[in-house]
Amino acid sequence: MSDVVEKTLTALPALFDSQTGAAKITNRLRQLIKSITELTSKHEEENLIKQELSAMKEQVSSPNTTMKQMREIMVRAMYCEMLGYDASFTYIHAIKLAQQGGVLEKRVGTFTPHFHSSPYITSITHALIITHIIVILSCLREIIRRKAVLALYKFYLIAPNQVQHIHAKFRKALCDKDPGVMTSSLHIYLQLIRVNSYKDLTGSFVTILKQVVGGKLPLDFNYHSVPAPWLQIQLLRILSLLGKEDQSTSELMYEVLDESLRRAEMNHNITYAILYECVKAVYTIHPKAELLEKAARCIGNFVLSPKINLKYLGLKALTYVVQHDAKLALQHQMTIIECLDHSDFTIKRETLELLFRITNAQNVTVIVEKMLDFLCYVPIKTLTFAPDNSWFIQTMNDVFSIGGDLLQQDVPNNFLRLLAEGKPEEDDQLRLYAVDSYLTVLKGHTSHLPQCFLQVMSWVLGEYAHLQESVDQREVIRLLTQLLDQRSVSSETRVWILSALTKISEGQTDLILDLAESLSSSQDTVLRQQAQELRHLSQESQLHEWALPRGAPWDGIEVVDSSLSFLDGFVSEALAAGAAPYKPPHQRQEELSLNLEPYGFSLPVSLSSCSITDRQSPTLLSVSSGLSGNSTELSCLILEGVKRVWGKDGYLPQKKRSTPPVDEPSAAVQPPGQQEAAERIEPRPDPLTQNQDKQQLASSLFVGLGVGSAMSLLGKSEAPPPRFRKKPHPHESSSSSSSGTSERSSDSSSRSSRNTTNSFLYGSLLEKEPATSISAFDHTPKSTTANGLAQNKDTKEDRRANTSQILGGDMVIVRPSTIQDKHPPSVSSDLTALLPADLKDLPHSDVISLTSDPSLSLSSCRLFRDEALLLVIFISNCTETVIKDVAVQLTCEELKVCNGNVVDCLEARSTSVCHYALLMDDPHTNVSFTGTVSYQTQPGHTNTLPFSGTLSTADFIRPLVVTTEEYGKLWLSLSHDVKQNLKLLTDAGDPLRTTLNSLKDALQLHVVDIIGSEGIVACRLLSGAPCLLHCRVNGTALAMWLRSPHPALPDCILYHCQRALAHH
Amino acid sequence: MIKAILIFNNHGKPRLSKFYEHYTEDTEQQIIRETFHLVSKRDENICNFLEGGLLIGGSDNKLIYRHYATLYFVFCVDSSESELGILDLIQVFVETLDKCFENVCELDLIFHVDKVHNILAEMVMGGMVLETNMSEIITQVEAQGKMEKSEVRAAPFGLV
Repeated sequence: MSDVVEKTLTALPALFDSQTGAAKITNRLRQLIKSITELTSKHEEENLIKQELSAMKEQVSSPNTTMKQMREIMVRAMYCEMLGYDASFTYIHAIKLAQQGGVLEKRVGTFTPHFHSSPYITSITHALIITHIIVILSCLREIIRRKAVLALYKFYLIAPNQVQHIHAKFRKALCDKDPGVMTSSLHIYLQLIRVNSYKDLTGSFVTILKQVVGGKLPLDFNYHSVPAPWLQIQLLRILSLLGKEDQSTSELMYEVLDESLRRAEMNHNITYAILYECVKAVYTIHPKAELLEKAARCIGNFVLSPKINLKYLGLKALTYVVQHDAKLALQHQMTIIECLDHSDFTIKRETLELLFRITNAQNVTVIVEKMLDFLCYVPIKTLTFAPDNSWFIQTMNDVFSIGGDLLQQDVPNNFLRLLAEGKPEEDDQLRLYAVDSYLTVLKGHTSHLPQCFLQVMSWVLGEYAHLQESVDQREVIRLLTQLLDQRSVSSETRVWILSALTKISEGQTDLILDLAESLSSSQDTVLRQQAQELRHLSQESQLHEWALPRGAPWDGIEVVDSSLSFLDGFVSEALAAGAAPYKPPHQRQEELSLNLEPYGFSLPVSLSSCSITDRQSPTLLSVSSGLSGNSTELSCLILEGVKRVWGKDGYLPQKKRSTPPVDEPSAAVQPPGQQEAAERIEPRPDPLTQNQDKQQLASSLFVGLGVGSAMSLLGKSEAPPPRFRKKPHPHESSSSSSSGTSERSSDSSSRSSRNTTNSFLYGSLLEKEPATSISAFDHTPKSTTANGLAQNKDTKEDRRANTSQILGGDMVIVRPSTIQDKHPPSVSSDLTALLPADLKDLPHSDVISLTSDPSLSLSSCRLFRDEALLLVIFISNCTETVIKDVAVQLTCEELKVCNGNVVDCLEARSTSVCHYALLMDDPHTNVSFTGTVSYQTQPGHTNTLPFSGTLSTADFIRPLVVTTEEYGKLWLSLSHDVKQNLKLLTDAGDPLRTTLNSLKDALQLHVVDIIGSEGIVACRLLSGAPCLLHCRVNGTALAMWLRSPHPALPDCILYHCQRALAHH
Repeated sequence: MIKAILIFNNHGKPRLSKFYEHYTEDTEQQIIRETFHLVSKRDENICNFLEGGLLIGGSDNKLIYRHYATLYFVFCVDSSESELGILDLIQVFVETLDKCFENVCELDLIFHVDKVHNILAEMVMGGMVLETNMSEIITQVEAQGKMEKSEVRAAPFGLV
């Protein structure tokens, strides 16, 4: 008898919560799974399962089916259901099975997943079941009692009023001798306490928790040696509910909470789970200072934990806690700032939630800014995860109307593109929905809507309103016209609306003409023009059809031909007729500048470097002018010593150039080129500055959260800045540093250009700062102290002049003989012999001198490796003593400086080699690099020697070896092209071949093929973007056509080709 | 309360789905798909909690998941559950499966769905945590297995 009861009882509770059981896997299921895995498409799977289900349907309704077969069918039906197919016809059979069979069948029978809420349950009276369960509750086996309690709870959730008379049973369960049953009953109480208070039970709960924490439970309940953690969590939740806003109840639990906090010390996830609940409980119940303090410390452990899950919970706890004590957030402000930029969205969201809670009048601007940043991610998220059309459109509506014009421009753009690019059949539904929802929006109040939302709406309506046949087009036109009349609508939006009207105006001439009439007197010229267009188009329906074909697929519209190849014929005709060829902007700029050399090259070296640098940044202008300033050969405006007040960006009040004071012992004037070059070293954002930024952000976020002076990390938070200040301008620091305060500037530019007094100051204040000492200036050409340097001065200037010319061009034009003659003895071409063995065989340029001072001289050489340009710097010790701690630093804004090696110690009269791999990602016609060498001649006396140089694109170009066929294919796939007529070298027999060969020598091109009067040439930018050149002899000129995937590369290469031919 | 327990593989194929609240067949499938999209996009080294998808109840619900080799175990819970507690419950569940199947793998879950459901039913009942002790769960599952066997033997021959 007891056996039977037990079986029924095991099955019964399961009945209400859809317990699933099944018989042994049968062969049929195995077959089904096997055939499903062998299928290749979703469609096939659908067919197969439909077949299977209909077969099952037949089988279940046949009277001959045995119990065993039935069981097996149920398992299969369950599998199909999991894959998402409807097998509801088996439910009723499942119930039948549960009633008839033994325990096995019962378990299979109750598989139906939604049993507790499906209509079948209504046929069984609740009351009957409840009485059954009550009987079960007195059963001996604890597992059954436990399940029965949960079944009762489930009933309480479904029909609370029917269970009211058995509250006594819950109490009994709570006092059950088995902890498992008691645990189950806690589920009920957690629910019940939310509704009505059970304050009288507080004592019992506290006792239970005390026992659990004290380890009174059997060891079976331990999980990772924590006694019944889930039970503890449950109890803590109950306690916090009970103690909320109730001092006397809270007092009962202080002790046990303290105990819990103390005990939970181990480093396992589950202890943290308990701790978290503890902390929450402590902050929920009536406060006790001592406990609060301990809990706050716990939160610290969470927030500072490296484990991301704990960090998340820490933030969550903080969010909860700051409502009671805003000061706590201050302690963790730096962590919070870091979490704001965390890559994990969950963390980020929780942080924003926290910020939201601490918002006050003082920090509201900063916090709202952060939240808006986050809002910009919403569209991206919705685009990726949108479950269905209506939700997507609705969410985007919300985003547009809330975020409005603060959204980045690409948000509406992407949204419209998504709408437009879909296939007509598939996405018409989405478009229809959009049209419908926008019409609804427009019918309501529109004055508050942001402009960008209005623009999106008018575009969509103009494009897709015709899809919605149930809506009268006149109504749409009316709504849009209404918008036009509103004052709040900006003129840009009016243009959008008007073009929408133009699209849907077909056949509605009467409405449109009025509108066009009224707008044709508008003050806005664009609107006026559109009104004109609108009038014309609405009057001529044929023209309208042709200009604005309705519902044309997007891929049907021809892609814009960026190469403008349809103009080729026109261009060649015009060229043949003697028209001037098109010149890219930078060339035009060059030609605009005056050529003061009467019969020189058409591309003056000095000017070109001037104008090119000018394109990059205003400060660079003075660099090249500085370089050329000492030269007699060059003809640029000499800007040396002239204070620059106006730049491209306007007035430059902050820029101070500290000229060395006259009364300095050395009275050295740094060569302006070097000085400038040093100034251009970009201040790298070192950790210190970043940290300062973060601290500033922290101070602006956490302002107003209690008395911060003790807690704040900034130290001077008594008067915190109201807003997040911008990074200090790099030059500000150099101007203010003369006061000699301890202001710590990370800016290397100010360091090198600082006058000597300051560098002494710095040397003593911050030992690590590499100070520029007086002797660093001794090498300068204008120095009058060193006697042997007078000659050096000439050499140097001459070399400088040469260098600028050399560096501007490509390396073939270097005239090594003239340089070498005048060089100091240590610099000579045999320096290349010093190259490491693995680099010796690489093609290399000649060695050029970079800079020198009495102790060191620097020269460089370029090595052309396939994947990078190696810049080799030779550092020669010119003295008879050992130079120590030699360190080279190289920076270049436009290039990627990969690796370099470090020289440590330099013997007398020896030379050391140091090389850098340089990569060019974006082509620039010329790039300059700067660097410094720091070294010690005597211990504790660091000298620095700045150097700089220029590299041209030509150094980064490598031949691209392709066949003619490959070339053809590649040519068609490339989009950016440039055409230009170049000088043809006519002095030899075959002008084309000669010209191409000279280009090949100069620029490392690969001549693919020469056919008749045409030649094709290919090259690439290191291992990156290719560039194809197509050359054709056109009279006495060479028509060059360049194509590349990179927009700037053809221009650069063309420029260097021109130069190479001009120099020939 | 636990709203749903989902297991799917790296490609989003469901291996077990158990809902403790009523949803229509279609919605259930959509929830599985949505959850997969949410979970699979997450890196390995970020936290195991995220806000639930909209279909299952939006921000009131949390998805707590663990990723084991080819399978994602996702528990969708409401605010009354402790995140870390559930995270460890998943661990207990997987360890129990591992014990029962001896080195559990995805195939075990495919071919023994019923057994997995059985094990789960001993851990979670009607959305509430019933048992968290691994050895206790295994004892119960084994006891039921024995009962089935004895029943098969005792059944009259016509039925088997």
